[in-house]
Amino acid sequence: MLDAAGVDKPRLAQHIGFPMGFGQSRFALARGNGFEAMLKADNCALLLSVLRDVLGLDTPSVSYDDLGDDDDATLGARHGRTRKLLAAAANAALVDHPLLTLDVAGRQVFLEPDLIAFQVEGKLHVVEIKSFAIVDGQADSAKVSAAAVQAAVYVLALRRLLAELGHDPALVSHDVVLVCPKDFSLTPAAEVIDVRKQLATLTRQLTRLASVSDLAAALPPGVSFDMAMPPADLVASLHAVEARYAPECLSTCELAVFCRHESAGHTAALGRPVRDALGGVETINEVLELAAGTRTPTEEQVEAAALLQAAARLRAEIL
Amino acid sequence: MSTLTALARAQAFAEARAQPLATVRHLHLHERPLILIPYAMAGEANAPLAAMVGTDRDNPRLLVVAQPRNRDDRFAFAAELAAILIGYVDSFAGQTEAVAVDRGRDVRYRFTDAPQLWVPNPGGVDFLKLFGRSTRFRSTEGEYAVPASVPLLGRWLTFFAASAEMAGSSLLLNGVQALSSHWATGQSGAEDAQLAALMGWLDPPPGMTVFEAAAAAEDPSVAPPAGPATDPSFDNHVLAPLLSSAAPSLVALSDVLRGQLLPTWNLMWRALDLLRTLPVAARVAGRWDSDRDAYSAFVQHLEEGGPPQPRRDGAVAAAARLSRLENAATRYAVQRAFDDPLVMAEYRLSGAAFAGEVTLAKADRIDDTGKRPVLRPRIMVVTSEPVGVAAGAVLTSPSRPSQKAKVISVTRLDASAASKSEVLLELSGGMGRKMVAEPGSVPEVGERLLLTTLNEAYRPGGAFPEPDQTPWTHGGPPVPFSVSDLPDASLPDPSTPDPSTPDPSTPDPSTPDPSLQDSDQ
Repeated sequence: MLDAAGVDKPRLAQHIGFPMGFGQSRFALARGNGFEAMLKADNCALLLSVLRDVLGLDTPSVSYDDLGDDDDATLGARHGRTRKLLAAAANAALVDHPLLTLDVAGRQVFLEPDLIAFQVEGKLHVVEIKSFAIVDGQADSAKVSAAAVQAAVYVLALRRLLAELGHDPALVSHDVVLVCPKDFSLTPAAEVIDVRKQLATLTRQLTRLASVSDLAAALPPGVSFDMAMPPADLVASLHAVEARYAPECLSTCELAVFCRHESAGHTAALGRPVRDALGGVETINEVLELAAGTRTPTEEQVEAAALLQAAARLRAEIL
Repeated sequence: MSTLTALARAQAFAEARAQPLATVRHLHLHERPLILIPYAMAGEANAPLAAMVGTDRDNPRLLVVAQPRNRDDRFAFAAELAAILIGYVDSFAGQTEAVAVDRGRDVRYRFTDAPQLWVPNPGGVDFLKLFGRSTRFRSTEGEYAVPASVPLLGRWLTFFAASAEMAGSSLLLNGVQALSSHWATGQSGAEDAQLAALMGWLDPPPGMTVFEAAAAAEDPSVAPPAGPATDPSFDNHVLAPLLSSAAPSLVALSDVLRGQLLPTWNLMWRALDLLRTLPVAARVAGRWDSDRDAYSAFVQHLEEGGPPQPRRDGAVAAAARLSRLENAATRYAVQRAFDDPLVMAEYRLSGAAFAGEVTLAKADRIDDTGKRPVLRPRIMVVTSEPVGVAAGAVLTSPSRPSQKAKVISVTRLDASAASKSEVLLELSGGMGRKMVAEPGSVPEVGERLLLTTLNEAYRPGGAFPEPDQTPWTHGGPPVPFSVSDLPDASLPDPSTPDPSTPDPSTPDPSTPDPSLQDSDQ
């Protein structure tokens, strides 16, 4: 909801007294950009040599189109050029800085894949350039899966675009290419990743996302995130937009510290595994009362309560 | 996460105090551990930035890489670290003791002590593993020669990182995992992963509540990260200006990095103090024996001029290692439960163990249905706990680990929820060799007894073919090792083509540095 409204979440967090240290080291940014620049230099000469191997691009000449050159290009114009190019292209080609769109919860969002590669047979591959290293054929699994999810979003957007243009969406391959530095060097290594699983998950999640306008319509009037408002009013507005805090939020959302503060005393704040192990009981108070037997469990809590009492008895017996 | 641990977290939150998850310490705590806190350069693949290292709490050594993207500086750092770490590791290769093997027919020797490394968190272990990988194949000859201690350091680090994967090993430990397996906090596991926040709960500064202490620990200017990742704002505002000059001032760098590392250094020693307050578990010594075996074997391997650990294990070696890891994990889980009633409680809650009172005992029962009569006493145990075993199951009791108790029958005494069960058991083993049980070897009426499906029985390792017999389904026999096969033994280090490395603090990071484009070898 806040994202849809274009609210400046870091500023909002600061304003209501829960600032959060977010940021990326300039060293990491410099290396990521340096690696990408190195690959794309001389019309992608280096990138092409790696892609030739994994994708079997065997034509000597591969056209290269950079769609991100114009500084004054609006997002819409760049997207238009991407459409035009994809509608026309038939030969082996690399498309740099394409711009795709995807409908998320009833709103159109713009996406920027690193590169799209065409193969001779007309298959399109999403190429994702990342700066984490592949050492001895292995990379950090969390980073690889994040990259796979990201690439899956691009594949989906590309497929929808092709369908709109009247092409077969299956032309976009579910095999994406991940290009990373190899071992401890800056030598690129390309790996093909099958993102079918991520695609299925993504499609399901997108259909389940409630439309933002429906959500907004359900809000009480007077809810506003105007930074000029006093913090107390902003907090009241935030309460109207219910958040389901989980510790994972801390690494992804600027408002997580606020939500963590709000959900103190809830079992979810201790992490999903803890909440599940406590039988899904909402608050820590309830848990302890159920464990002590001073609270009558609701029908669905009976089983959890018995387990909690047994656990409390065991801990008390031993300690 | 078990319900018992989850409940401990809920209690910790409500009482604003960490709660015990163990009544004894399940790891070996060395008298002279080496603490190592590595810091890595953001964005680079395993480029060290600094390390604080040492065995003396009052005298940490700070190693700093003047220019993390310069290959010579990096290997100078590796050589310095090697001098400290190898000196420490070698200091235990002195006194040996004889160990009988093969039922006393043979004898082998192992060192009476072994080294113990501590890093702050699992990330530190990963860093050492990768740093070991990046140094152990380095050549000590030719154009890109490194000091001889560098590949040796790599081999030791690889040894330690591999042993850290073995459950119950105490050769390389990390603070976060060691603490959080013994205490539960009232915050989430994600927050516990920060050593400072975890210690805020376990040992808050005087006058502070755990909530205040944990909140203070989240401010990187008060509690800098425990590494290997640095604080981005430290990178951007402190480190980048210092590294932007052609020859960064080592003194200035050391000053700011000491400021970042020293808080974690002190936390690590406080963490060890805290762990020392727990009495050691009974089976820790046995596992430390295995660690000393592993250390002794590796020292011998090095002395005999054995090759460095391969980049990837071959099929047979990988399968054998996996089997060893699985056996170690099972053994560790059982030993923890046998040593610690609080860990055993997890199994009692799930029905894999129960405690009860002996109501009947026939210690002199003889089973003479077989070829020759055998001593098979029977006992009846009454328990109010859930019994998750059926007739035929074989149970053991931590108080008599060598005795087996076979379940003959389980009878529920009444149907209500808080019902009791009667379990009839037949005992064998652990009663001496005579037809009359040794005194005390059969539980007596009135004794409180704990029985579990867990057992400490020896698990033989799997049978694997010799590496040269690797079946074709697993890639066939591996190619014999040769140094010239190694990908980077004699190659230059391509990440740093020449001393004119890109300025890490390019004012606008979106401007590509042209010198990077030529770095592909």
